[in-house]
Amino acid sequence: MSEKKNSAGWSRRDIMKAAGAFSAAGAMPMFFSRGAWAENNFRNNPGKAASIKLGFNVPQTGAYADEGADELRAFKLAVKHLNGEGDGGLMNTMKPLSLKGNGVLGKKVEYVTGDTQTKSDAARASAKRMIEKDGVIMFSGGSSSGVAIAVQSLAQEMGVVFMAGLTHSNDTTGKDKRRYGFRHFFNAKMSGSALGPVLKKEMGTDRSAYHLTADYTWGWTQEESIKETTEGLGWKTVKTVKTPVGAGDFSQYITPILNSGADTLILNHYGKDMINSLTQAVQFGLRDKQVNGKTFEIIVPLYSRLMAQGAGKNLKGILGTTNWNWALKDKGSQAFVKSFGSEYGFPPSQAAHTCYVQTLLYANACEMAGTFYPPEVIKQLEGFKFDGMGNGATEYRAEDHQCFKDVLVVRGNENPTSQFDLLEIVQEVPRAQVEYDAKIFGGELGPYKV
Amino acid sequence: MDAIFLQILNGLDKGGAYALIALGLTLVFGTLGVVNFAHGALFMLGAFCSVSFYKLLTLSKQVKDESITFFDAFKEQPYLEIWFGDYGTTIIDLAVPLSILFAIPVMLLIGLIMERGLIRHFYKRSHAEQILVTFGLAIVLQEVIKSMFGANPIPMPAPEIVSGSAPIGVLFGMGESVVYPWWRLIYLLFSGIVIAGVFAFLNMTTYGMVVRAGMMDRETVGLLGIDVERRFTVVFGLAAVVTGLAGVMYAPILPPDYHMGMDFLVLSFVVVVVGGMGSLGGAVAAGFLLGILQSFASMNEVKSIIPGIDQVIIYLVAVVILLVRPRGLLGRKGVMED
Amino acid sequence: MKTPTIKQDMVVMLIFSAVILTMPVWLEPLGASYPDLLQKFAIFGIFAVGYNILFGLTGYLSFGHAAFLGIGSYTAVWSFKLLTMNILPALVFSVLLSGLFALLIGFITLRRSGIYFSILTLAFAQMSYNLAYSVLTPITNGETGLQLARDDARILDRLFSEAGEGLPSTDFFGFSMSGYSGFYICAVLLIIAFFISQRIFHSPFGTKLRAIKSNQTRMKYTGYNTKPYLLTAFVISGMYAGLAGGLMAATDPLAGAERMQWTASGEVVLMTILGGVGTLIGPMLGVGIIKYFENIFSALNEQALHQAYAFMPDWLATVMVTLTSPFVGEGWHLTLGALFVLIVIFLPGGIMEGMNLIKKRFSKKEAEPSPTEKATETGQ
Repeated sequence: MSEKKNSAGWSRRDIMKAAGAFSAAGAMPMFFSRGAWAENNFRNNPGKAASIKLGFNVPQTGAYADEGADELRAFKLAVKHLNGEGDGGLMNTMKPLSLKGNGVLGKKVEYVTGDTQTKSDAARASAKRMIEKDGVIMFSGGSSSGVAIAVQSLAQEMGVVFMAGLTHSNDTTGKDKRRYGFRHFFNAKMSGSALGPVLKKEMGTDRSAYHLTADYTWGWTQEESIKETTEGLGWKTVKTVKTPVGAGDFSQYITPILNSGADTLILNHYGKDMINSLTQAVQFGLRDKQVNGKTFEIIVPLYSRLMAQGAGKNLKGILGTTNWNWALKDKGSQAFVKSFGSEYGFPPSQAAHTCYVQTLLYANACEMAGTFYPPEVIKQLEGFKFDGMGNGATEYRAEDHQCFKDVLVVRGNENPTSQFDLLEIVQEVPRAQVEYDAKIFGGELGPYKV
Repeated sequence: MDAIFLQILNGLDKGGAYALIALGLTLVFGTLGVVNFAHGALFMLGAFCSVSFYKLLTLSKQVKDESITFFDAFKEQPYLEIWFGDYGTTIIDLAVPLSILFAIPVMLLIGLIMERGLIRHFYKRSHAEQILVTFGLAIVLQEVIKSMFGANPIPMPAPEIVSGSAPIGVLFGMGESVVYPWWRLIYLLFSGIVIAGVFAFLNMTTYGMVVRAGMMDRETVGLLGIDVERRFTVVFGLAAVVTGLAGVMYAPILPPDYHMGMDFLVLSFVVVVVGGMGSLGGAVAAGFLLGILQSFASMNEVKSIIPGIDQVIIYLVAVVILLVRPRGLLGRKGVMED
Repeated sequence: MKTPTIKQDMVVMLIFSAVILTMPVWLEPLGASYPDLLQKFAIFGIFAVGYNILFGLTGYLSFGHAAFLGIGSYTAVWSFKLLTMNILPALVFSVLLSGLFALLIGFITLRRSGIYFSILTLAFAQMSYNLAYSVLTPITNGETGLQLARDDARILDRLFSEAGEGLPSTDFFGFSMSGYSGFYICAVLLIIAFFISQRIFHSPFGTKLRAIKSNQTRMKYTGYNTKPYLLTAFVISGMYAGLAGGLMAATDPLAGAERMQWTASGEVVLMTILGGVGTLIGPMLGVGIIKYFENIFSALNEQALHQAYAFMPDWLATVMVTLTSPFVGEGWHLTLGALFVLIVIFLPGGIMEGMNLIKKRFSKKEAEPSPTEKATETGQ
């Protein structure tokens, strides 16, 4: 029995030792008391240190582990290039470029990693470890909007910049935007705007859509955005049905579609949910159906290559949008595919691309600001216009920290020429078409100094 | 009307899956008394039997895509197709049903190793320790699969001929729009056959009767000079095979990934307990009951009356049943009640 | 059951307090002495110590205690939003509300025992989780989690001062809840929680709970109505979970639904079993191990390994990195799973029991524990 053992088994020496340690704890200074936030006094100021640390917080376990692994590869590559190793990647094509290939502001870049487990609590714990223990001055990563929003607000509380990885919800740069959070990835609203014209061209203006929506914030914002677009085209919305996350078997939600009179199914699902619902919808013969004299169509507004792999041939011919694809022919994309491909032996995913770009953008902003002091770095990123990173001319909008750039409308490839050739680019929708007023989603960024 | 008919089918189909998954658990948990948190992992391993078999069949000759220079991109053509032409294609097409033959010995072996190597030593240990050891084992198995196949789901196509939908509406005079996927009908049939087989084995063979007797009263059977231990090993092996087969056949419906076992773990425990500890029939009945209720709860008409009901229906039904019937649907007195 | 004397208990308490309060010092070499992890140790310590009052003493295996953790968190965040950023009202409400829910759920679930009880608690927790994730979003903010906003009411705070420019942070009458001061506040609460648990273990009430565990039927025959005792234990452990949940929100003001998922309930079960069910210290050890793996092991990458092996010759370091890297970083789950298996095999009854065994083997002088004690400690 524990208490008995302890009471009997402690020698005088043990107790003396414990007492000594105890008094040492009493003398501990209070770290992290919130003091003046100033140019030379901010959290994790590298000061005169020879190196800086960045934190890469990605899902290493759970459903998105593969995506996380790809993000991590991109981060490592970015660190290499920043330190002047490797072939330089996008540093050869980025314009304007302040980076010199000698680290950031002359300091070597190091990194720490962590596992978000795609859970808000674990992600925040991991980010806190990076900030409190490892002393990172910026952290990045993520593959779900819930996690991104959770760690973004942590970034604001702690005064450490967060460069979001894969997050697609309108809320990340909408009602939950933060001064210390930045998103390069596109969002549901932009997906909707980009899909609109293509849907009109391919499916006409007289369609009835049925939505299956993952029952949480990302799903809702996507449903809302896509609905707005399709109704703008003149489509009817037959029904929108919420499905529990991780339902696995969606049959009970699919059978009601058969006789609903709808001729289009829009799947607002991501990851495993999307792979499952799409696989099962195809098995129910939806794609062989003729309704209202039209061929039944399925639309998956948000695509990723890993999802395409999981869904296999069920994805052939299905329309959706994506942030970036390795088959793009511009110089920036080619440069990135080349250095990533020769390093790892396969092409990068869109998650890898956005994470890589985010790291470079942050480093470049520090270089421009001439300091790591977050308010100055943030001011450099806000409204920053750049090119040569894939997706054409891009701007980090100051009002909501959302990047605006071209969006890809893609289709599941009917005749892939290789195992990576899963998505065929239908159209590169120009940036002007996906821009929207920053005010529509509300929210506020908060202060520069925390 | 059509909608209700289809939901009944959905419910039966789900129920078949739940019953099949729960059947193995109730053999181990309800009868051997081992709280087996690695049960989900067995289901997952079954699904990955079909994946490995499929990968084996589709070992391919790789034709490099020369237009891509930064990494090796290639088009694949399976050797089976190269060697046997259309025959090869047909064999690959039938990968999932054929992998049943592959999965039976593999799962049996896994079951036997698990029982002999680990579970056997925990029959007399506390439930708490059984939970810890089987949970640990489940994680290890999961991580091994993850390191071999990645975390992403792997698509497993059903055979071409049954990949579409059956026009069952025509059969029942309900019009052409009432269709149901062939594969799900096959799954329902398959689960029925397996369940019947297990029942027949336990009820009609002498071997099975001894096993059942051993479950009821291990000591007495032991006193009769029968080696109960060995029969328990067989039961565990049987449970592993049944669970594995549930996984194999489920692969075309749910592309397998390493985590799928954990997703089904809680569900299978709920089904077994609602059915009643120590009752095979109870588990099967509970599986179908929960499946059907879940399907109906997801109907838009029902959801508009009680929002969110489809999220909780399984648990709600479990609570109601356990409060009304203290030992679940058909549970025996005194099994796992302390 | 032989009850230790008051004096012995006091010694244990003192040592326990000293060990907890000096954690920032002695965890330094292990790389685990940063505020967030220390806070997590203390908070989950409270959770596990409370859980052990139910599971360890009565043997009732609840698989739904995460629900109370979640309720505590949501309550605390709402208190921060509506009343004040001071954690005192938040914690009080967390404990009370989760206690109330525990009373309700316990009243229903304790009608059954054994596995039936476990599944009932699981069902309630999963219903809470699923609803919080979806239809209860107006209250819980669903997947994103309940967060503070600048324009929250905060009635009490507004009486004294205007809203600042940024988000306010939580405090305990001026002591900040972030950083080391936050840890010390959690640590003091853990020590109090441990003290209460120790008193319960060695009280007549605790003895009755143990008696329920060893033979409930006999208890009933002797005229005891066991239900009130069980319900009291259930509510107390629910309130512990509520306190832990409230503290989680206090140190990090965000409450997410996944805190209530069955995996979260499973985690506290594993922590308790790993350390040793029914021992006072055991659950704390379980907490330490699992949280350490989750936060430190998961963060080891190849770069960190190379640094760790820097003292070796290059070729050996490379070999060692290749050998160990599958077990750290993204492989931390694998190591944890293997550890579970190994501990159960080699240390039956959890770490505490194992340590006792080892100790007994080495010191024959130690008095043999009485048979009854043994039975209750390793019991089913």
